[in-house]
Amino acid sequence: MPNYTLQINGEKKSFTADEDTPLLWVLRDELNLVGTKFGCGIAQCGACTVHLDGVAVRSCQLQVSILSDEKITTIEGLSTDGKHPVQEAWKELDVPQCGYCQSGQIMTASAFLSQNKNPSEDDIREAMNGNICRCASYNRIENAVKVASEKMSS
Amino acid sequence: MKSQIDTNFSRRNFLKTSALVSGGLLIGFNFLTACKAEAVMPVDIASLNFNDFNAFIKISDEGYVTIFSPNPEIGQGVKTSMPMIIAEELDIDWKNVAVSQGSLDTNNFTRQLAGGSQSIRFGWDALRQTGATARQMLVNAAAQKWNVEASSCTTSKGIITNANGDKFGYGEVVNEAALLEVPEDVKLKEIKDFTIIGQEIVNVDIDKIITGKPLFGLDYKADGMLYASVLRPPAFGQVLESFDATEAKKVKGVLDVITIGDKVRDYLKSGKSNWTFVVSETDKVVVIAENTWAAIKGKKALLATWKTVTEAESTEMHDKVLTDILDGEKFNTRREDGDIKKAFASADKVIEKTYHSPFLPHNCMEPMNFYANVTAEKVHLAGPVQTPEYAAQVVADLLGYELDKVHLDMTRMGGGFGRRLYGDFVYEAAEISDAIKKPVQLISTREDDMTTGIYKPAVKYRIKAALKDGKVSGYYLKEAAIGGSMYGAISNFFPAGCIPNFKVDTESYKSNVTTGAWRAPYTNFLAFAEQSFFDELASELNVDTIQLRLDLLQNVKGTTDEKIEYSGQRMEDTIKLVREKANWGKTEEGVYQGFSAYYSHNTHVAEVADIVLKDGFPVLKKVTVAVDCGIVVNPTGARNQVEGGVLDGIGHAMYSDFSFKEGKPEFKNFDTYRLIRMQETPKVVVHFVENNLSPTGLGEPGLPPAGGAVANAIHAALGKRLYRQPFIKELNKSSVLG
Repeated sequence: MPNYTLQINGEKKSFTADEDTPLLWVLRDELNLVGTKFGCGIAQCGACTVHLDGVAVRSCQLQVSILSDEKITTIEGLSTDGKHPVQEAWKELDVPQCGYCQSGQIMTASAFLSQNKNPSEDDIREAMNGNICRCASYNRIENAVKVASEKMSS
Repeated sequence: MKSQIDTNFSRRNFLKTSALVSGGLLIGFNFLTACKAEAVMPVDIASLNFNDFNAFIKISDEGYVTIFSPNPEIGQGVKTSMPMIIAEELDIDWKNVAVSQGSLDTNNFTRQLAGGSQSIRFGWDALRQTGATARQMLVNAAAQKWNVEASSCTTSKGIITNANGDKFGYGEVVNEAALLEVPEDVKLKEIKDFTIIGQEIVNVDIDKIITGKPLFGLDYKADGMLYASVLRPPAFGQVLESFDATEAKKVKGVLDVITIGDKVRDYLKSGKSNWTFVVSETDKVVVIAENTWAAIKGKKALLATWKTVTEAESTEMHDKVLTDILDGEKFNTRREDGDIKKAFASADKVIEKTYHSPFLPHNCMEPMNFYANVTAEKVHLAGPVQTPEYAAQVVADLLGYELDKVHLDMTRMGGGFGRRLYGDFVYEAAEISDAIKKPVQLISTREDDMTTGIYKPAVKYRIKAALKDGKVSGYYLKEAAIGGSMYGAISNFFPAGCIPNFKVDTESYKSNVTTGAWRAPYTNFLAFAEQSFFDELASELNVDTIQLRLDLLQNVKGTTDEKIEYSGQRMEDTIKLVREKANWGKTEEGVYQGFSAYYSHNTHVAEVADIVLKDGFPVLKKVTVAVDCGIVVNPTGARNQVEGGVLDGIGHAMYSDFSFKEGKPEFKNFDTYRLIRMQETPKVVVHFVENNLSPTGLGEPGLPPAGGAVANAIHAALGKRLYRQPFIKELNKSSVLG
């Protein structure tokens, strides 16, 4: 199997994987970064969301062989201390129930807020619509994105 | 009102203590039964023994408290709320409390099970008693040191104070306390003195969740662990005939391809049974691989042929079967009051409606998975399952081990909704590890979960009411279900006891489609059917739909019928609270409201949905909810459960469809199967009825009334009645936006 080196959470990570392996499974199985979750495998649920050069992408759809020197950020690298404004808002509003989808939600929200500093309610609902929460903690996710946007603009 | 369980468990001997070798006091306790006399308390944390104790409390000599509990956490918040109850009576500052998920050896468990919204209800008395007993032991130890009466000492936030104003922190007396007799008949706090219960306490796992730390079953790893994917029959009614693994074995990372099934068949032949054992007898083909991706790819590359051994069922066939049941005469009568025949014969008007719901998969976000390592000496299991004690028992029986050789580690669960009550994936993992003699993690894809599930049964209700002199004089509910029937208590929920002539009949069809509990079993759809029906009756009688419910409830107050499950008074109070908070009937122009109320899982809930029309199409804006769950232990967690339950109920009522063709599920993943998404959600505003009654559960009760509230609001807006879930098919539009 080929060797790859990727830029993940500010570090160079080397591993071997079959060329069609989705980034999701490289993160989880090879690099032990299990915060990125598997939910559907077809980019419909958002549980596997990571940042590729700051843009939210579905890691279940990214074959490792097409990646080179992009900066990849996972939930583990979103902040060094768990205190990214989105993480803090999630904690303040006690968002999670089962918690499984939440790293994907947080990665979608943080990429969105880096592009839209002052989102309207409609903007937030549109941006987050691709992430499923089976426990349906949607009201809190929506409010937490709003709270995070206020933290980031203050 | 009937009490299903006796929570006045024996207060004797439910708790034991030891001094930890590292210093500090360890308390082991059981929720509902006494500890066995021979049960030995461990003296170090590494050897906590959950065979003999449900949970442990450690109080260190610095005064920090750690609670070790293996109670399953599926997202319902008990990992936070149950320790809050202990900490309250122990009288400790919450910031000095840590909660640790205990692992599980499985003997003698009374309720290490997450399901039925019962954890808090079952635990309330025992957890309070435990905290209070621990507190009293510490006070007794301090009193002995001071040589004063224990009754002259008080506690607050982990500090004991005597009449002279001398103080000891709990940590300073733990070693002495460990040597004292366990006191009996300790005094519980007055509810008005609670300082932790009723506070907004954030989920104890929050930091791990928001930073992506390993918590869930799929995050579990062990040295040398391999991955296994399982190919099961694509259609219900089929078994494996033959397979060709040539291409699968060419996939890089695939190590082996095996079959399993013998152990399951032996278990079934042995005559053993267990309600969590819902497993097909077929052989299954298993791909063993070095990593998850290879396991998934290897399975796709398998060529298998299948043999149809029982009928290949379809949704059309299911529909006909259910309609035939409703049209027929063969039923089990679950409750009968008065004489419904007479009531219908003498009615001014008879109304009859039929309601339809499909099978539904659970779709936990974390697909089914489990780790197993079977060696000659023992079996180690780890992962997410709602019924760990049953899973361990079945694995012991399946593989021929003594139960004490089976060790099960609990992980956090990425959702349960009833799916993880059934341990099929645990048994498969164990059978695979037993076959290959290596540690293995069974993994599933979304398609596996959705197409080889244990579904909510497809159900139809036909409800008939007799109206006489402006009142409901007769009520006859018939349930037709595939793969099950409503559980016993449901026929004694509202409106039982409110209508003099009343009957509930059920009948089920035994299908080869596997079915089981799905969040709020049966009531998840029954509440919609009945609450829509009552709305229709109110229209027919030309009375306010809430007033109709309140008038009916007067008839059940003071009932001597012990089978009646709910309280007429509590339901009335709950309904009145939602009526006030939702501004029922007083909303602005263009807002249409729908009402629904339902009692289930010992909790009374009433909901009002607000809808507006946008280009003539209904848009759900808000759902106001009133809940009587007794004392609210943790309001933020409690609201979260209700908010989620309501949106889950709306989502499945509105969007989620499922069907079969030639035995095969026609929905496989989220590209076609719809779960509610943020743009479709209303705001959910939750209000609790304030009282000092013992707490009841919240994992399920918010869900059942939601579909009816939405359907009734849609009727108010459009004049259209909905009889079939998902509503979206009847509304003939792609989306109802929030």
